[in-house]
Order: sequence, then C-alpha cells, then structure tokens
Amino acid sequence: MAVFNLRVNGRSHSVDVDPATPLLYVLSDDLELRGPKFGCGLSQCGACTVNIKGRAVRSCVTPISTLDNSEITTLEGLGSPESPHPLQQAFIDEQAMQCGFCINGVIMTAKALVDQTPNPTDAQIRQAMSTVLCRCAAHQRIFQAIRIYVQANAARRTA
Amino acid sequence: MTSVQTTSMTADAREALDRAGFSRRDFLKRSGALIVTFGAAGVVSNLGLTSDVVLAQGINGSPGTALDSWIAIAADGRVTAYTGKCEFGQGLFTAQTQLVAEELSVAIDRVTLIQCDTALTPDQGTTSGAQSHPANFNTSNLALAGATAREALVQLASVRLGVPIGELSANDGVVSAMSDSSKSVSYGELVGGKTFEIQLNPDARRKHPSTWRVLGTPVKRLDIPALATGQYEFVHNVRVPGMLHGRVVRPPAIGSNLIRVDESSVQGMPGLVKVVVRKNFVGVVADKPWQAVQAAAKLKVEWSAGTTLPAQRTFHDHMRKSPVRDGFTVDSGDVDATLASAARVVKATYLYPYQMHGSIGTACAVADVQGEKVTVYSASQAVHPLRNTTAMLLGVPPTDVRIIFKMGPGCYGVNGADTVSYDAALMSQSVGRPVRVQLARKDEMAWENYGLAYVVDQQVALDASGTIVAWDYAGWSPTRGGRPGGNAPGNVVTGFLAGFEPQRFQPRTPAPPPQGGFDNGSNTAPSYVTGCVGTECGGCGVVKSERVLNHTVESPFFTGPLRSPARLQNTFAHECFMDEIAASLKADPVEYRLRHLRDPRLRAVLRAAAEMAPWDVRPSPKPAARRTGVVTGRGVACVLYEGDNGYCANITEVDVNQDSGVITVKRCVVAMDSGPISNPDGIRNQVEGGTLQGVSRALLEEVSWGTDRVTSVDWRSYRPLYLGAAVPKVESILLNQTDVAAMGAGETAVTVTAAAIGNAFFDATGVRLREIPFTTERVKAALQRR
Ligand code: FES
Ligand code: FES
Repeated sequence: MAVFNLRVNGRSHSVDVDPATPLLYVLSDDLELRGPKFGCGLSQCGACTVNIKGRAVRSCVTPISTLDNSEITTLEGLGSPESPHPLQQAFIDEQAMQCGFCINGVIMTAKALVDQTPNPTDAQIRQAMSTVLCRCAAHQRIFQAIRIYVQANAARRTA
Repeated sequence: MTSVQTTSMTADAREALDRAGFSRRDFLKRSGALIVTFGAAGVVSNLGLTSDVVLAQGINGSPGTALDSWIAIAADGRVTAYTGKCEFGQGLFTAQTQLVAEELSVAIDRVTLIQCDTALTPDQGTTSGAQSHPANFNTSNLALAGATAREALVQLASVRLGVPIGELSANDGVVSAMSDSSKSVSYGELVGGKTFEIQLNPDARRKHPSTWRVLGTPVKRLDIPALATGQYEFVHNVRVPGMLHGRVVRPPAIGSNLIRVDESSVQGMPGLVKVVVRKNFVGVVADKPWQAVQAAAKLKVEWSAGTTLPAQRTFHDHMRKSPVRDGFTVDSGDVDATLASAARVVKATYLYPYQMHGSIGTACAVADVQGEKVTVYSASQAVHPLRNTTAMLLGVPPTDVRIIFKMGPGCYGVNGADTVSYDAALMSQSVGRPVRVQLARKDEMAWENYGLAYVVDQQVALDASGTIVAWDYAGWSPTRGGRPGGNAPGNVVTGFLAGFEPQRFQPRTPAPPPQGGFDNGSNTAPSYVTGCVGTECGGCGVVKSERVLNHTVESPFFTGPLRSPARLQNTFAHECFMDEIAASLKADPVEYRLRHLRDPRLRAVLRAAAEMAPWDVRPSPKPAARRTGVVTGRGVACVLYEGDNGYCANITEVDVNQDSGVITVKRCVVAMDSGPISNPDGIRNQVEGGTLQGVSRALLEEVSWGTDRVTSVDWRSYRPLYLGAAVPKVESILLNQTDVAAMGAGETAVTVTAAAIGNAFFDATGVRLREIPFTTERVKAALQRR
C-alpha cells in the first residue's frame, strides 16, 4: 500500500492503495465516481476512458503508480445534467444512446479527439472511435452527435 | 450534489424507500391519496363511483398488501405509478411515464415511475420478448390503471361540481366543465385529505391514440441527461455501507469439478476476508475490488478434467445425430404427397452459430444477506422470479428476499445479470455482510447462456406456374438451462455450480401432433404458410401444405434468450430460402413474396419499404455482374415477429469486395408496424440499434470453443462491430396504426437484417451464403466455389 495524491475534476484526493491498482478502481471505488465504467479491464472497449492532458486514457489498464500529478477529467467533470458540456448536450439532443453504459468511453474519447484535432474529418472521427465499443449499436446517433459538436465547436472558434 | 435519485442504502432498504415516499403505506400515512389497486385486495366493483361508493371502498384501517397498487395520486396531485416492466436502454421508463401522464391527463413531470422492485411493484414476470407494450400499453395493467384513475377522478369531479360526466374534461391535472371553465377542480382538491382505494376497472376506457398529447410524441428520454453526464446510478454504482467485494473463480473447463481449494495460497493477502466455497462454486471476498481480483488470481484451486466437447467444425452435424425432443409447429399431413407430385422441388440448408449477449459492461450485483433478510440490487430482467430462485439458493423463504432492480448495461436477453446476483448472494450469505460482485470479462463470456446455434433444412414443392404449394421445414437447436424462472437456479452457471441442476432435457420422438392453435412464437414457421392447426389458421401466407418440425437437442453450453431468440435464426433461413426459390424462377423477390402473403399488415410493410428504397424490380442476381472488384446488390426480408408481435420489412444495399471478401452494408430501409406508436423517436432508436446489432451478428459474431472450453473470452476472440466500422445508414419508416393493439418493437428489426444482407450479397454476386457469420474467409471461399 502507498499513498497517492491525485486531482480529479478539479479536486484533490489522496488514496492509500496498492500501487498496481488500476486508476479505474480508484475512481469508481475509492472516489465513487459513476462516469468511468468497467467494461473489459483489457483495454478493448473504452468504457473506462478518462482524459489526462487532453488525451483519452484507458483507466482500467493504467496503474495508479504510473500517473504524475496531472489533472484527471471524467465524464462527470465535463458537465452536469443541469449544465451539460456542449458535447454531452449533443448526445442529449440526438438521444444518442440506448443503455448508455458505453457513453462514458464514447464521449471521453471524442472529447480528447476534438481537443487534439479541433476540426476532425469523418475519417478521423471513425479512426478515433475504432476501438470503442457500443453493444446497443447506437453508432448512427453517436456519430451524428459527435459531428454536431465538432461543427458547433468549429463555429465557436471562428466566431 | 446531483439531481439524480441517489438511494441512500441502508440494511433495510425497504424503509429507506418508504422514507423517500414511494410506498403505498406512505401514501396512506400522509394526507390522502387515490390508489388504484388490482388483484384480490377486495371485491372488484365496477365503479358506480358515486362518492358513497368511493368512501365505502376507503381502506382506512383495513390491511392491504403494498404490492398490488398500480397508481397513486397524492393530495398534491402528484402521480406515482408502479410497474413490473423495467428500463434496459430500450426507453421503456420514459414510454411508461408518458403512458401514465397521458391516461391521467397530467404533465409528464408530475409522474414518478417506480419500476421493478419486489417489495413495491406488481409482479409482471420478466421484462423480455418485446412483451412490455403488449402487457402495459393496451387495455390492461398499467394502461388500465391510468384510465381507471382518470375516470374515478372525473366521477368525483362530477359529484363535486354538479356537472354530468359527459360535459367534463380532464387536462393538466384539472377537471373542468367544457362549457364553463370557471367550474373546475384539481386532482389535489378532489383527493383532499381523504383516502380512496379503487379497484382496477376492466371497463375503464383508454384514450384513443388520435387524442394523445404526451404518448405518441417524441418525448426525450428522461434518463439520458444523467447518463450523458455520468450521474446515472447503474447497479454497478450501488454502494451499501459496510460493503465488501467479491470475485468468482470459475472452473477452467466445462464439466470440471472442484477437487480442492488451497486457502493457504492466499493467506495474509491484503484485504482478504474469506474464501467462499459451495460445491463447485468458488469465490473470494475482500475489502476492496482490486484486492479481490488479486486474491482470486492467486488462489490455488484444483479442478478435475473437463468433458470433451463436440468439435466446433462439425457441430451442426453433431446436432443432427443427437437425441432429440421433437415438436410440430404445424403439420397439415400432406406435405410428403405434395412434394412427391410437385413440378419441381427446391431444397437448402442454413446454419447459424452460437452467439453472445456480450453486454458492454460485465454483470454486477450487490447482495446484502443478514440472516434471513436478503436484499439484492440486480439488473435482472426478472425480479420476481429471481426472488424465488435466490430464496432457493440461500435456503430462506421468498418472503424474506427483496430484489431491487437497478439498470445494467444493455442485456438483450438473459446475460450475466441473474448469475451474478447469485454470486453476490452466496458470498454475502457466507460473510454476513453486503457484497458487490462484478464479473471479469472472461468469466462472463466463457459461461454465458448463449444464443442458439441452428440447423435448418427446408424444401418446397412448386407447381407448374412456380407457385409454392408445400413448405417443409426441419430445424435443430440446442438447449441447456435458460432463464431461471421461478424455480430453476441451475439454469445459469452460478446456480449450477452451487448444486442445482439445469432444467432437465427430456428426449421425445416422434413429435405429438400440433394442438392448441398455431403458435409461431419462435418463428419456426415461415410467413408464407397458412399456419393451420385444428380449424384455425394463424399464418401470414397462403401455402396450405405445411410441415414445421422442431428438433431440440442437448447443448454442451448454457443457452438462453438472446434478442430475437430462435426467431432471428429461423427468419434468416426462411427469408434467404424464399429468395433462392424466387431466383430459381427468375421472379422478383418482393413480388414473389407478395404472391404468397395474405396478411395485409405484412404486405403493407413490405410495400412501404419497397416504395421508399425504391426497390429495383427484377430477379436476382443482378444481370452481368463482374466477378472481381466491388459489386453492389440489394436484398429484402420481412417477418411478423413471434407470429403476432410486430411487422417489419428490411431492404438492404451492400457493396461486396470480391477480392478481400469484405461485405459493406451501405443502407437499410426498414419499415415497421407495431400498432400505435408510443414514442416515434424511441422506436426509431430501436430500429437503428436493432438493425446495426443485426449487421454485427450477421457479419462477425460467433462463439468459438476448443476441446473442453469456450475460447471466445474477450473482445478479440469475440469481435463485434466497433464504432469505427463502416455502418449502413438506417432509414426507418414507421407505420402508425392507431386502431389496433400495441405490439413490441425492440426485437423486430434485428430479426430480418441477416437475411436481407444475405439476399443482397446474392444479388450482387450470384452466390448464396448459407451460414452465419458472413466472415471474409467464408465469403472468399464461397466466391471461389462459383
Ligand atoms: S474497461 Fe477499459 S477498455 Fe474496457
Ligand atoms: S448505448 Fe448501450 S452499449 Fe452503447
């Protein structure tokens, strides 16, 4: 066991855990966050994705000991039901999910993409999402929501 | 914190919910309520409902069970409704809330829906089989409760205002005189401080769909804002004070039995609480989930060798040679004779693999067993049945068990939700503290209740004009276990490991004659036969000489309902075969289908899809197709799901790369008729998701196994359609039929996708694919044989 300090969604936390503990376990068990999900634990589905330094990180295979003190953002860190992030709003507007269990991975992966590549092409979006799984097969609406966000984002940048 | 309901979980969660104000007891304790109940709580009155009658039925002081109320209206006009059909991502929570708001004439935000909790909601069995609309949206159950309550309120208002019922209307929670709006009274005022208990009135009239304002509109899902922002409480997020974490240790192979557990192998591991063993069930409980994972991985367990499985490559033949349990869906008795005198006979065999539910999140449950008091938070589709089987497993009376539904990932049938509920219950009972269990990916995938493999042999007799005059079907499918129902915990892996047997397979041959009417619940009979059993004919078609013989065989793996169980497999076989027959006659596939269909609604969806596509009228294959490079084709398929539960036709366009063997599905035009539409956007979402899931199952998905174990244990060894894949544009056409009963819509679209793709592939290449999945290897091999 060892003590680790981490900043999640703008707040500092300190946890005393086995250094090999994957970040996902710390987020969902120690910090009781609901955004990141355990889907496979194998880096094969994306359900556990969080953003660190603007990148999509699969928290199920990221030992807590490998993190520096960078800010970690989870789905609940983007926005709330009362005040959703524009990307979350696009998913609400498009009703872009069914069970919604995959949506953490979908949104956090798309968010990192647009942070890195502000105006991605459809091919780039597909590439970024190519290792994310939605078993309800809400593909059509998910892509629509991401596109709407990308367009709105581009419009905001040029405005 | 958040606006989302965070149930504060105590050992006695029942009381917690009572405090939250959702139980009927609570309504009665408060200032007053009007409650619609059903069942045996009292003599059913046909509600003359003068105020005397209402008061006479007041239940102040009389006991009643909290389980039989459907709807309660509080003194402040708020409506609480109880349903036994729950949300699994299909949008049912929202649709049922719309239903209650509509029938009660209140705004949707005045309605609180309580779903699937054995202590609070009515027992509506299982939420499955696209049966929620048939059950709750027609003229009984939840819909009838709503209509009963509205009529009762209008009757009370009539007495109060001195205005005849016929001159009153209810709007937004207020009853007013149509001619004089100053004469009005709110529901809250009508209920006042009194308590009314009224019986469900079988004669209460539902509103006609033409007058709907809330139902029938694309109300946005009430749960999506919380889902999109990570605030939603899945079963995975349930936290109970003092909760520990369990991890299961499953046998390495099928048929392995436990020989020995070496507890010393994990002695002193951090956080370890207990190694739990019950017959072949092994689990590890620890303070924290990662500690449980570590301890389970380290635990030395000795198992006996597994059984030798039938080879995967020849499994379909193995089924043909296995002992069978036979049954007829239909048998007109003259099929052999018609075949013998036919102008021509066409035959073919279609094959389907085992497939998985493969939920995106592995199954999870939290159980709290305190002596004889058991609470389980579960994503099961069947809370009331699960209550019984959990009681059996734990050896306690069912009355001491409470199952509280919390949503899990999309399940598409009996995924791991039931089995993990048993896992948690067994471990909690053993340690006497609440235990949360979430399965490892491999533990879920290797032991699922898989969707059915299938072999379908068919032959038809054609007359001289090319019309089908006899249809002969024989199908083989495997079975082991299934839904636990109310009495078979051994139907899923944990119950089995703990010592319960799966429902026993009993061979039976020959099949007894079909009786009790035409039941096409598994879509074993194609749409083109008359479906005559006795004097009644329930089929959609015109072919009178008909035989549908089903052979069930024992499965080496657990099996269970997977979205469109058996119906997808059979529809794939029927609809591709129908296409083969049309092609052999150089007939247009749509026209040839219509020639053999008499059901007007099935004909209508087929026509609607053809019109929208628009359908290119000509026989398949497409003339003068090249034999290399990319070619295109279009295919069609249609079905009446379950023989009575939703019409659907799909026209699909594909590209086939004949060099790589890759099929790219470009566009699917899907026409649906499931009666009056509760929420058009919700149904579109189901059509899109169902169709795409159908693409994944048609092109990619297949459970694989080796000598003694399943080898599809993660997303590399069981690879579905990822988000990056090229997916078709799905265009849905909704035929809203307002004068018929509501049918299901969740499993219809997935049923026809594989067949439509197979037929489009044939159209493009002239080659018939008769085995799912249409992998690139299989496609290339088929093209090479051309
Ligand atoms: S849970 Fe991390 S990628 Fe699947
Ligand atoms: S919405 Fe259910 S897995 Fe994506």
